[in-house]
Amino acid sequence: MDCSAAARPNGSRKALLLLAAIVAALPLALPNNYAYEVAILVALNALACVGLNLLVGYAGQISLGHAGFFGLGAYGSAILAARYGWPAWGSIPVTLAGVALLAWAIGWPILRLKGHALAMATLGFGIIVAIVLATEDRLTGGPDGMAVPPLPGIQGEKTWYWVVGAALLAGVWLAQNLIDSPRGRALRALHGSEVAAGALGIDAARHKVAAFVISALFAAAAGALSAHYAGFITPGKASFLHSVELVTMVVFGGMASTFGAVAGAAVLTTLPHLLTVFKDYEMVLLGAVMMLTMIFMPRGLVPTLESVLAAARAKPR
Amino acid sequence: MLTQYLLSGLTSGAIYALVALGFALIYNASHVINFAQGEFVMIGGMATAALFDAGVPIYFSIPLAIAAATLVGLLLEKLAVEPAREASVVTLIIITIGASIFLRGLATLVWDKKIHRVPAFSGETPLQLGGATLLPQVLWVLGVSAVAVALLAWFFRRTLTGKAILAVSHNRMAARLMGISVRRVLAVSFALSAALGALAGVLIAPIAFTSWDVGVMLGLKGFAAAILGGLGSGAGAVLGGLALGLVEALGAGYLSSAYKDVFAFLIIIAALVFLPHGLLGRRAAERV
Repeated sequence: MDCSAAARPNGSRKALLLLAAIVAALPLALPNNYAYEVAILVALNALACVGLNLLVGYAGQISLGHAGFFGLGAYGSAILAARYGWPAWGSIPVTLAGVALLAWAIGWPILRLKGHALAMATLGFGIIVAIVLATEDRLTGGPDGMAVPPLPGIQGEKTWYWVVGAALLAGVWLAQNLIDSPRGRALRALHGSEVAAGALGIDAARHKVAAFVISALFAAAAGALSAHYAGFITPGKASFLHSVELVTMVVFGGMASTFGAVAGAAVLTTLPHLLTVFKDYEMVLLGAVMMLTMIFMPRGLVPTLESVLAAARAKPR
Repeated sequence: MLTQYLLSGLTSGAIYALVALGFALIYNASHVINFAQGEFVMIGGMATAALFDAGVPIYFSIPLAIAAATLVGLLLEKLAVEPAREASVVTLIIITIGASIFLRGLATLVWDKKIHRVPAFSGETPLQLGGATLLPQVLWVLGVSAVAVALLAWFFRRTLTGKAILAVSHNRMAARLMGISVRRVLAVSFALSAALGALAGVLIAPIAFTSWDVGVMLGLKGFAAAILGGLGSGAGAVLGGLALGLVEALGAGYLSSAYKDVFAFLIIIAALVFLPHGLLGRRAAERV
């Protein structure tokens, strides 16, 4: 236990370097703007998933409403920039601060709930956000969505790729540091057993709310960047289906693994774009891939592959 | 006006109650939240519409559609849930989400992406009731749901299979030691739950129409009703469904129809914060 805990920061630094290398080298393999676009979407989803994984994978608290925070981040920054003429670089931090405050305020009552009740409450929060965004059409443009001004000086797929790539690396670095800190260990203790963690003097409520706020910030940051990148947003970004997509990516890639969250986002964001070749069969294939992966790799992609690799390495010649 | 709102609330409430009962059944037997529950509702409505359009009389289309959904429920259990029995709850939830995407995709392939209509079971002439107009189909929804709930209660109290399901939901290991086949209980629960969902889909289709994607929202509302009532409690599911339908209808009527779902979910969240186990749920202590 001791030696693995000591080895961990080193291992995660290696993995972070690997991810940075992938981000740096990937443009060599991207043939056109469309491929860049998919890569950018992967990075944005991955950013949201890395945050969500802190809550779901490490603290063990489910959220079926994180698209609500994604949508609030997107619409908050878009409304400040488009309706009130804020410079985009000011609208994003202010929006993030607002989302953090909101997440903190609803986190206290909601995170007292457990399991399925928590799933229901977060789901309800996400749906409420989606409905408000679709209904307050003077501010949000209603169900048809609204145009979002671009970020000054950032134009074209290639520039955006480096911006979101850097954002993702910064997010992963932050998440890894958090996981290896005392707070991260407290979260994992909570995941094991809240009562036992409480007996060790861990303030469960405070840590859960903190994880909730941090994960909301990741989602809101991804949302704000995606709004300014796409130049257009609709309330669908805050929908239940998007929330489910985010959780699915985390579980698919492997819970309690930051790189699992990134891998899950990469596979499940790219897959629908690849499957468009199959046109009408797209949904059936996506559903089948999800079911088969979870049946045969119930712990998710990255942890399963890791243990396969470890077993292969440990095998005597 | 109030009568009208109450009637429409009870109608959608009855549908939510049937879907919620499906959630409760599967949850009790397997601790799985089946996110494909809404797709059973969709299959019920769509299969009825397709059979009816193909010239099959409505009274044959309905049982055939429910049978088809039941078969899908059984297959879901055998092919997707059973092989992953050892997996964690979250993994199982993702499997059922995958199943729901799969089934929606399948529905667009087998049928299409259009909106379909099922004729009302007994005419469309509205009845007058204390100043409110009442579609005959509403009576079908309320009546058949009440009968289904009563039959279900009888099934759990009086039949050996029903009691076996209850036993497994209380303690799977003890039930197995008593010689109850847990696999059979799981299969029966999924089949029954699918049949209930399909029944809800058939009943509501003449009023609300049906299409390949109706299952998403109905499944969500059913889940909300099941949680509101206290997950795993049959009476709670019925109560939660009716309460949800009434809150929605009254909110839409007196406050704002655009925000009716917002009221519903706000009340559910508030109810959960004060009653974390739902209206009729069991209190459980956490094991260390």
